Amino acid sequence: MTTTARSRPVRAAHAAKGRRRPRTEALWGYAFIAPTGLGLAIFYLWPVLQTAYFSFTEWGAFGGHTWTGLDNYTRLLGDPEVGRAVLNTLTYTALGLVGIPLAIVFAALLNRQGLRGVGVYRTAFFLPVVTMPVAVAMLWRWLYNGDYGLVNQLLAAVGVDGPNWIADPATALYALVVVGVWSSIGYNLIIFLAGMQAIPKELYEAAAMDGASRVTQFFRITLPMLSPTAFFISIVSVIGSLQLFDLVFVMTGSGQSARANPAYARLQTVVQLFYERAFVTDDRGYAAAIVIALLVLIAVLTMVQFRLQRKWVHYV
Amino acid sequence: MSERRAYGVHAVLAAASLAMVAPFVWQVITSLKTLSGATRVPPTLLPEGRWDNYAKVFDLLPFGDQFLNTVIMAAGRVAGQVLFCSMAAYAFARLRFPGRNVLFGVFLSVLMVPPQLFVIPQYQIMSSLGWLNSLQAIIVPGLFSAFGVFLLRQFFLGLPRELEEAARLDGAGPVRIYWSVMLPLARPGLVALAILTLLWAWNDLFWPLVVNTDPEKMTLSAGLAALQGQYQTDYPVLMAGSLIASLPVIAVFVFLQRQFIQGIAHTGTKG
Repeated sequence: MTTTARSRPVRAAHAAKGRRRPRTEALWGYAFIAPTGLGLAIFYLWPVLQTAYFSFTEWGAFGGHTWTGLDNYTRLLGDPEVGRAVLNTLTYTALGLVGIPLAIVFAALLNRQGLRGVGVYRTAFFLPVVTMPVAVAMLWRWLYNGDYGLVNQLLAAVGVDGPNWIADPATALYALVVVGVWSSIGYNLIIFLAGMQAIPKELYEAAAMDGASRVTQFFRITLPMLSPTAFFISIVSVIGSLQLFDLVFVMTGSGQSARANPAYARLQTVVQLFYERAFVTDDRGYAAAIVIALLVLIAVLTMVQFRLQRKWVHYV
Repeated sequence: MSERRAYGVHAVLAAASLAMVAPFVWQVITSLKTLSGATRVPPTLLPEGRWDNYAKVFDLLPFGDQFLNTVIMAAGRVAGQVLFCSMAAYAFARLRFPGRNVLFGVFLSVLMVPPQLFVIPQYQIMSSLGWLNSLQAIIVPGLFSAFGVFLLRQFFLGLPRELEEAARLDGAGPVRIYWSVMLPLARPGLVALAILTLLWAWNDLFWPLVVNTDPEKMTLSAGLAALQGQYQTDYPVLMAGSLIASLPVIAVFVFLQRQFIQGIAHTGTKG
């Protein structure tokens, strides 16, 4: 908006020349936003309202649905499977936050002036980010294999008998967190690097003159200056983690074969449950209630983070 | 900086990089082994040159069809989003019309909703159009993006106005200005959007999995998930399939690394 001030004289000259311009300009404005506007209305905005409506209905075997009021929501609150999925998802989300300090540390190391090979390291960190999540999940399923997986083979070399990582209820969720952090650290790292490069060099020069060590500079300058970026990353990663689906879907599958995995109850996520209710058992009214609950969960956790930001985010 | 401490930094970064890359190396090695070679204890590091694992992927699945479907889907979504989002972004950034801010707010509200909320009604639209198991189904909803409009609007707002004003004085209308002045200036922004859209479209699982259940109409993501379901333990073949599926985007990344990283960094400034 601030840029308009500069060109106001030119605009005024125009307005004097032709009165009709604002009107045609408005028509062109609507024409330009029409394709995306209609697309968003049909495929995104109207569906949200429909999903909200469906969450109050029950679906029959042949696709018809009847209004059942709050039935889906009372069922939801008493459903142990939903409770488990929410707990798993929240645990995964909370543990996944360790990826943020890790990414900050690696970004700080990469950001050292005159460091050689930055491009090579950055490429390595970024490789998992551009790899198809389905492929990532298959790859890790193989690495985690109890008998022949690389992880356990390496552990065996140092005399440790590793578990069957993703089929063991005691380890499955943590094994999943490792994959989640591994595949997202490159994304966070790039954004932190961009944030660090925006910190004025003078701050570091002044601190160095005062005799502050690199470590002190990191804690007193880099971290506070980076906190708005960290806040953004934390908002985005929490929202993303709460929607976890691809990794779990490929690692456990769905339906009967998935339930054969002894760790299934520790891995099932909210979105996976939504997928099963909506497209495997065709219980779409209940599925709609599940995603509305997810929306509420996301909104609440995002609001809590906005509330908490005053305690740790420094805005210049 | 002292040389000795730089060695420490390199040691940490090299160890972390190894943790990032080693799984992929193992994936390549496994994909070239026989099943009995892959399940040997202790493991052998050398691949066995079993290229037929790659051929086998194509026997087990209509992988060629799925590859083509994925290419067409990604190309369609990229072209649609770059065109439609840039049009809307130009209007929101530069044209004046009643209700502009309200409409922009409505567009943005889409960004705040988790995508699972769109799926059931979208599925019903596809079903009633008879579009289940079609290319349209995996392309059309992906032609529109609130994120893309937002990203490009920010980009347009940062462009200088002088060229536009000059074009306007020469009698150019909004269409000419959009096409001949704004689009060329906004190229880095368009490239960033194209790259991100490509990445997300190529790797998308949920929607293609739901609408296209016929193997010939699946995308690579969904096809691979199906392969995994059927051949749970044939790891060399699974590794070969997952490599072929993820390689194209990795190749694009290697060639367009700068643009990729700038595109990702752009998303960080949206907050």
